[in-house]
Amino acid sequence: MREVLVLVDHVDGAVSKPTTELLTIARRLGEPAAVFIGSAEDADDTALKTLKTFGAEKIYTVEDADFRQFLVAPKAEVLAQLVQQVSPVAVLVASGAEGKEIAGRLAIKTGSGLITDAVDVQGDGDSAVTTQSVFAGSYTVRAKVTTGTSIITVKPNAATPEQAEGAGAQQAVQVEISEGAKGARITASEPRRSSGRPDLSEAAIVVAGGRGTGGKFESIEEFADALGGAVGASRAVVDAGWYPHSYQIGQTGKTVSPQLYIAAGISGAIQHRAGMQTSKTIVAINKDEEAPLFELVDFGVVGDLHSVLPAATEEVNKRKG
Amino acid sequence: MNIVVCVKYVPDATADRHFESDSTVDREGVDGLLSELDEYPVEQALRIKEQQDDEVQVTVLTVGPDDASDAIRKALQMGADKGVHVSDEAIAGSDSIGTSLVLAEAIKKLEHDLVMCGMASTDGSMGVLPAMLAERLGLPALTLASEVEYDAGRVRIRRDGDTATQTVEGTTPVLVSVTDQSGEARYPSFKGIMAAKKKPVETWTLSDIGVSEDQVGLSTAWSQVMATEPRPPRTQGEVVADEDGSGATKLADFLASRKFI
Ligand SMILES: Cc1cc2nc3c(=O)[nH]c(=O)nc-3n(C[C@H](O)[C@H](O)[C@H](O)COP(=O)(O)OP(=O)(O)OC[C@H]3O[C@@H](n4cnc5c(N)ncnc54)[C@H](O)[C@@H]3O)c2cc1C
Ligand SMILES: Nc1ncnc2c1ncn2[C@@H]1O[C@H](COP(=O)(O)O)[C@@H](O)[C@H]1O
Repeated sequence: MREVLVLVDHVDGAVSKPTTELLTIARRLGEPAAVFIGSAEDADDTALKTLKTFGAEKIYTVEDADFRQFLVAPKAEVLAQLVQQVSPVAVLVASGAEGKEIAGRLAIKTGSGLITDAVDVQGDGDSAVTTQSVFAGSYTVRAKVTTGTSIITVKPNAATPEQAEGAGAQQAVQVEISEGAKGARITASEPRRSSGRPDLSEAAIVVAGGRGTGGKFESIEEFADALGGAVGASRAVVDAGWYPHSYQIGQTGKTVSPQLYIAAGISGAIQHRAGMQTSKTIVAINKDEEAPLFELVDFGVVGDLHSVLPAATEEVNKRKG
Repeated sequence: MNIVVCVKYVPDATADRHFESDSTVDREGVDGLLSELDEYPVEQALRIKEQQDDEVQVTVLTVGPDDASDAIRKALQMGADKGVHVSDEAIAGSDSIGTSLVLAEAIKKLEHDLVMCGMASTDGSMGVLPAMLAERLGLPALTLASEVEYDAGRVRIRRDGDTATQTVEGTTPVLVSVTDQSGEARYPSFKGIMAAKKKPVETWTLSDIGVSEDQVGLSTAWSQVMATEPRPPRTQGEVVADEDGSGATKLADFLASRKFI
């Protein structure tokens, strides 16, 4: 069976949930082979075990000490060299800013077609058929790569991770990084402070606030905590400096696809909808019954979020007992 | 110094967007405009121009149908110096691979110390073109900048990633893509609108940039759309009024009924 390369997304060795989703998808297409780029400490037993548990037959480890201070270009070179060596059926990369750039470069390097932001990937004979959601979620598109290796970036939550013990045969890969890939140098890096809440793109429940909060996000945070969810924001909130940009949902922020999306004080502009339209259940709280977001809801409350949210938080906490 | 800004002409996102029968985006039925996200790199180029003592030429480059000249005009009104419009029947239907080839070959014909792009186009919104261009041109890429500083051939950007905020540096020639956090784009002034009428716009075809017809277009795309389908509209569920203060309880009831509590 031909290999399917999965680029492992990890922070200091902690393998992300989307990576386990990619391994699950890879099994539909061929033999999953994880590509782990990181330091020797990062590639520790826990990391390797996770990859194995979710089906990695092979694990290529690439020591990145020599190119860690450079932006994405070296990672694309690593993958290009592996594609050359093993001619995989497909290369799967998590859709994110970095993943998309790596995939774009890889496509050019290997003369391959590229599909981005797949929300589903299925095997069809020898090819991978992708499903994408476009135009702010108003269209579904099915596509496949016709030239070279299928290079596909996949959105979080595109599959439910399934465990399936793989052989996990480890193979260290030596790579030559070109001088050209070293042109963009990272000279400083400040880790983002964790909020202690679930990660926005991966969360099962998201509570988002908009301009209607007037900048008071405590009630959003408390409701999110009562439900065990992540906090999100509209661009109006971010532009006003009320909440950091990394929490923005929409076209120029994160795309989320949780089981439950609750929007409070968000009107529902097309650019916001682009980032949340595929949520399974949608709830809105808005004092304007004409707010466009109400068109999408499974449940809506026309009212003032400043009174509805605290009362709802209390109610939820009470019922949880 | 020479700055080339890549800008795209896109269908208006607030209009009803469609696909044609050949699965390409319908660009006729919907009004088009300069992608809002491409106003940001134009703005950054103009700010650099204003800060430099040396002469800076800002050229806007677009690949697109005849109407795409509207996108160039808007950028010229904002203050860019000249426009280049690559337009050729054969380009229609190109995927990002084809479009990046055309853009890269056009850029090679232009003097460029800095190549600037938006973070993504508002229609396809793949956000991969800047990386592809950098790859094709062999340029270092400082991507997704929320802040851009230029000083004597050195560029430094701030990049707000998911796990960290990074400072990334490179020296010209270099490609920079900027986000919508990089700074509000200016509106064209009346003076700018008048001045734009006299600014030069060149129109190039594929032969002008040495790209052959069989390297681009729908039939040679490296990926293929098999089907497009409008998503069934969501049906609106129950909407209750909170007039009597019962909204929170009803909301909790709903959440409990769906097993979220
Ligand atoms: C290129 C581009 C990209 C963009 N990208 C994004 C993006 O990624 N994400 C995004 O969100 N936006 C994006 N936008 C902006 C988008 O068009 C809207 O401007 C934005 O989403 C509006 O945010 P909002 O709903 O919070 O504010 P508003 O539209 O002002 O809505 C506020 C809502 O709050 C309600 N309200 C007020 N007070 C209360 C109260 N006390 N209780 C209950 N309800 C109340 C009001 O009735 C109103 O419906 C983008 C725009 C452009 C041009
Ligand atoms: N047809 C085009 N003409 C000029 N620039 C483009 C074109 N398509 C994309 N770009 C540039 O590439 C960026 C990212 O586009 P995309 O990868 O399509 O999301 C845009 O913000 C533009 O700067």
